[in-house]
Amino acid sequence: MHSSIESLIRDAEASGLTLPRVVAAAEEAESGRSEAEIRNRIRNTLRVMREAIVEGLEGKVHSPSGLTGGRARRLQENGPRLLGGRVTETLARAIATLEVNAAMGLIVAAPTAGAAGVLPAILFSVAEALDLDEERLVDGMLVAGGVGGVIAQRASLAGAQGGCQAETGSAAAMGAAAVTWLAGGSGEQVATSVALCLQGMLGLICDPIGGLVEVPCIYRNASAAMQAIAAAEMALAGLDFPVTADEVIDVMGEVGRRMPVAYRETAQGGLAATESARRLVQIRPTKRPRGASA
Amino acid sequence: MVSLFDILGPVMIGPSSSHTAGACRLGRMARAVLGHTPEHARIELHGSFAATGEGHGTQRAIVGGLVGLAPDDPRLRDAYAEAAAAGMTWEFAEVDLGAEAHPNTARFELRHEGEVVTVRGASVGGGRVEVTELNGFPVSLTGDYHTLVLLAHDEPGTIHTVTGVLSANGVNLATMRVDRTGRHQDALMTIEADEPISDAALDEIRARPWVKWARRIERTS
Repeated sequence: MHSSIESLIRDAEASGLTLPRVVAAAEEAESGRSEAEIRNRIRNTLRVMREAIVEGLEGKVHSPSGLTGGRARRLQENGPRLLGGRVTETLARAIATLEVNAAMGLIVAAPTAGAAGVLPAILFSVAEALDLDEERLVDGMLVAGGVGGVIAQRASLAGAQGGCQAETGSAAAMGAAAVTWLAGGSGEQVATSVALCLQGMLGLICDPIGGLVEVPCIYRNASAAMQAIAAAEMALAGLDFPVTADEVIDVMGEVGRRMPVAYRETAQGGLAATESARRLVQIRPTKRPRGASA
Repeated sequence: MVSLFDILGPVMIGPSSSHTAGACRLGRMARAVLGHTPEHARIELHGSFAATGEGHGTQRAIVGGLVGLAPDDPRLRDAYAEAAAAGMTWEFAEVDLGAEAHPNTARFELRHEGEVVTVRGASVGGGRVEVTELNGFPVSLTGDYHTLVLLAHDEPGTIHTVTGVLSANGVNLATMRVDRTGRHQDALMTIEADEPISDAALDEIRARPWVKWARRIERTS
């Protein structure tokens, strides 16, 4: 895996390979798996992503806590009211995946389970809008994976270490890079989309109600998907950002390290510590495991 | 090392890569150390595992792992029923292992036909795990390799013999670590390999008089 966005882009320019192929080649060298195997495995993850969205949109999944379930379907049924179907569909897809996740369904934790809704929502909506085939989606996933690898090494992907900016923020940056590439963006525009996306997610805390990967997570996945689209649109239009992608990633890491522990997935601060949240958790205690011998 | 598929995955049953997928993998690794489905398992949860485990299905995932379910197996949702059907009983307890312990730590005591093994490990993020203690010996196992752990009476030539058997069986070693309690006492050998360790190789190693016990831990990633 590359340790900077800059080296990723530079390798592509120097080798004449496309960005997805540079990421695949690095993985090939490190894992010993062939590029065909790598692409095949990504196709499988895309299939799981699709199935999770379908399951979530059916609206029948409910988490054991009762905090989530059925919201994706409700959004789809009652929208769009403002900007058209594509936006509503993207939001609903992000929520759908996270609702399946909360209900112990099968998802792809790309990059984490708590941020699993962002990447598939953006990828599938953009694929529909631009009429992209499966192989292009695999390319998009490779670009996303390359960016995620850089973030994992320079900062963090874990809410417990860096807050929600590290989870949904990273997922959004990965998605922004993927769709910028898929829409024909240059390497430089891909890097700019990462910077533009992540700068808007800086400081976002991880404060899940009851310590569960449910609320606000399902909504933050939806809004992170929008942040990614906004960043990609701006980068593709040639807008610039004066701080490099790697620097923004480093800042995200620094903000995470300096973030009070109450805001890092401990459910001790933020929304989790509000009276409303505490009331909810009291009303809906999680089930004790049944069948245990003691 | 972080692989592309740690970033674009894992494919897993939700809701949490650390508290569900990682918990399941810890259970699988503990099971692999025992070599069977336990007749009885006692599992102690520390820190965040203890505090938020229930809402994340941590206990269910651990029980599922102990009966051999993988992190992407939909049967994890019904892990208690699966375990009951497999004849396993289990108990959970909360434990405080101190501030130094990783917040997502579990300690296992597993029983099968009179044998007892203890395993301590942590879910270190993104579904990755590390087993740090095995029957009281410090180890560092990630489940990323095919692993052989064996307790041997410490005498000359043991390492040579074990690596010889493995290489004769076409197994390429990735890492190796030896810890002993004292000179000519017990030594714990931990070998991580690229290839699966065959029954024949394992039997051959177990047949040595100085081998007290040997366990193969299948790659869990």
